[in-house]
Amino acid sequence: MRTRFPLRLEILLARAAGSLSRLAGTGGGTTVPGKLLWKLDPAAVDELARRLPLGSALVSATNGKTTSAAMAAGILAGKLRLAHNSSGANLVSGVASTLLTARGAELGLFEVDEAALPELAHRLRPRAVCLGNLFRDQLDRYGELELVAERWRGAVRELPEDSALVVNGDDPQVGDLGRERRSGTRTVFGVDDPRHAHPALQHAADSKWCIRCGTPYDYAAAYIGHLGDYRCPACGHRRPPLDVVGREIELEGIERVSFDLITPEGGRRVKLGVPGLYNVYNALGAASLARALGASLDEIQRGLEAFHAAFGRFERIGLDGKSLLVLLIKNPAGANEAIRTLLAGTAPTLVLVALNDATADGRDVSWIWDVDFEPLLPALEQLVATGDRAAELALRFKYAGFDERAIEVVPELERALDRALELTPPGGELVALPTYTAMLALRNVVARRGFVRQYWEAA
Amino acid sequence: MRRLVVGHLFPDYLNIYADRGNIAVLSARAAWRGYELEVRPLGAGAEIQRGEHDLFYVGGGQDREQALIAPELAALGPALHEAFEAGAAFLAVCGGYQLLGHFYRDQSGEELPGIGLLPLHTVAGSRRMIGDVLLECELEPGSPRTLAGFENHAGRTILDQDAQPLGRVVAGFGNDGDSGYEGCRAGRAIGTYLHGPLLPRNPWLADWLLAQAIAHQSGAPPTFEPLDDELEERAHKVSANRAETRGGRF
Repeated sequence: MRTRFPLRLEILLARAAGSLSRLAGTGGGTTVPGKLLWKLDPAAVDELARRLPLGSALVSATNGKTTSAAMAAGILAGKLRLAHNSSGANLVSGVASTLLTARGAELGLFEVDEAALPELAHRLRPRAVCLGNLFRDQLDRYGELELVAERWRGAVRELPEDSALVVNGDDPQVGDLGRERRSGTRTVFGVDDPRHAHPALQHAADSKWCIRCGTPYDYAAAYIGHLGDYRCPACGHRRPPLDVVGREIELEGIERVSFDLITPEGGRRVKLGVPGLYNVYNALGAASLARALGASLDEIQRGLEAFHAAFGRFERIGLDGKSLLVLLIKNPAGANEAIRTLLAGTAPTLVLVALNDATADGRDVSWIWDVDFEPLLPALEQLVATGDRAAELALRFKYAGFDERAIEVVPELERALDRALELTPPGGELVALPTYTAMLALRNVVARRGFVRQYWEAA
Repeated sequence: MRRLVVGHLFPDYLNIYADRGNIAVLSARAAWRGYELEVRPLGAGAEIQRGEHDLFYVGGGQDREQALIAPELAALGPALHEAFEAGAAFLAVCGGYQLLGHFYRDQSGEELPGIGLLPLHTVAGSRRMIGDVLLECELEPGSPRTLAGFENHAGRTILDQDAQPLGRVVAGFGNDGDSGYEGCRAGRAIGTYLHGPLLPRNPWLADWLLAQAIAHQSGAPPTFEPLDDELEERAHKVSANRAETRGGRF
C-alpha cells in the first residue's frame, strides 16, 4: 500500500524539491518536482490537469514538437494564460512539473514525447491533440516505428468524444489516424507546393510502403523524408483531403520562410522569422491546433509572425563579437532538414558537431550513418568533432571521404567549443550541430559565461 | 583497378541500422587496397549469375519490412546457396542474420521462411534485448580479436548443434541472452546482431571480409598492409567501454 498524502501536501513537497534542484545547481528543476509528485501519487497529475478551466492540448511528433507547441503558445498566449512546458521536458514528469508551477493557468499546452503520448492522453483527457509526423528515431528507446504508430492509434481511439484531433495528412501513418475518429472535430493539414518536392524519396524516408497492403507508394511530391502527396497504386490508400494547407512557399535562406496559409475560413500570407520547409509544417500544425482551440485567422497570423526560434533550433547566440548558430540534430530526418536549411545560406567552412549517447540522445549512435552529411562536404574545410562519441562521428566524416587530417577530435565539449571559436574569424559565425544533451551542455557553457539565459529562465 | 562485386540484398527494405555505413567502410577500405567495390542492389526477382558476386550483404529491417521481403529472399535461396558453395563471402546483420537461418517465428507463432544458409533458427521473445555488446572472437586460429557494437532484437537465435558462433559474449546479451554466444560463422559467411554500424569501429572484420571476397576470385585470402586506424581504434575503445559498463541490461 502506498501512503497517500493529501494532494495539497504533495504539491508543496514537489514544488520545494524543484527549488532545491535549482539551488543545488543540478538543473532547472524542470522535471524534479514532477518526478517526485509522480512517485508520491501518479493520479495527482490527472487531478492537477482537471483544475485547468479550459483543459489541455497535446502536441507530439518525432520532429518539430517543441517548435510547433511553442508556435501554438505564441498564438494563444495573447488571450489565454497557459501552462506550457517550453523547456522541452516532455515526459509525464515534465508535464507534471509544469502543472505544479503554472498557477492560475487556464489552458495546458504540452509538447509530449511520442512514447509518453498514450499515457498522457489517458490521464489529461485533452481537448485537442496535434500529431505531426513519425520518423525512425532512437530505436533503442522507442522500438520500431510501427509500434509507436500502433500505440498512437490506441491513444486516438481512447480520446474523449469531443476532443479535436489535428493530424499531418502528408505522413501516411499519421494521416491515417484521422480516420480513427468518428466524433469530435478532425483537421488534416499538409503542404501543396510541388516546386519544393525532392526528385526522389530520401534515404531517411521510413513509411514507404502502403500501410494497408505493403505496395510502395507513388509520390506526386515528396517534401521531407516520406512526408508528401502519396498514393498506393494497388489499393488506392492515399493522402486524405487537406483542411489546412501550406502553398506558394518561399524559402528565404536561413533567416525566413513565407507561405500562403489556407484554411476553411480563408487565407493569409504568413512570413515566419524561422527558416526551412520543416518550419512550414510546424506552423501548419500550430495553426490547425490554435484554430481548433478557437483562435482567429488574424491571431494565428500574428502569433506565427512574432515567433522566434525555440531554444537550440536555429538559435543564434552572440559571443564576444562572434556568433554561435545552434542546430539541434537528433535523428536522420530532422538532421537532414537542418542541413538542407543551413545550406540555403552560405555553406560553412567549419562546423562543430557534438555527438552524445545518453538516454535522451539515444544510446545507439548508428543513426548518424543515416544522416546525409555529404552536402556539407564540398565547402567544409575543418570539422571539430566532440561529445562522448566524438571518434564515431569523426569516422562518419572520414568514410564519407572527408580528409581525416582536417578533423579534430575533442571529446570534452567546452574545450571543443573554445577550439572551434578560436578557428572562427572575428565577426564570424560558428555553426554547431549538437545532439540533445550536447545542446543542453553547450548552452550551459555559454550561459555560464553570461551570453544566454539558462533554459529554465527563458520565455 | 581490380574489381570486387557486392550483392546488396533488399537495400530498400533492410537498412534500419545504418547499414550503408558498413557498405561505406567496405568500399573505402577496398579502394585503399586497390580494389573498386561495385555494389549491385538485389531486389525481388533479381537474377543472380553464377560467380557474379564476391560478397553478399544483408542488413536489418523492422518486422514489417522483414515480413514483406522474406518470401522474395526465400526465392533467391537456391542461387545464394550456390554462391556460398562456390566461395562467396556473406555478412548478414540483425534481421538479415535471422533470415539467413532456417526460419523466424514471430510472437503470434507465425513463421517467416529463411534460406537456411546459416545453421540456426530464431524465435521471437517477449522482451527486446537492447544495448551495447562486446565479443571476443577468433576467426583465424591464433589471432583473437574483439568486436564492439549495439544490439536491439526481440528474436532469440538458437544455433544448430555443432554450429560455430561468431564470438563469445564479454558484455551484452548475444544470440539469446542466455548461451553466452553471439552470431554465427559458417566458412566465409558471418551473421550477427551487432550493428552500430558494425564495421566502422571494427575495421579488422571489414578487412577479413574483403580478404574472403578476394579469395572468392583468386582462391586464397591476401595479407593486407595495415592502414592508419587510429580513429577506428578510439571509437572501438569507447564502444567496448560502453558495453562493459552498461551492456546486457534491459
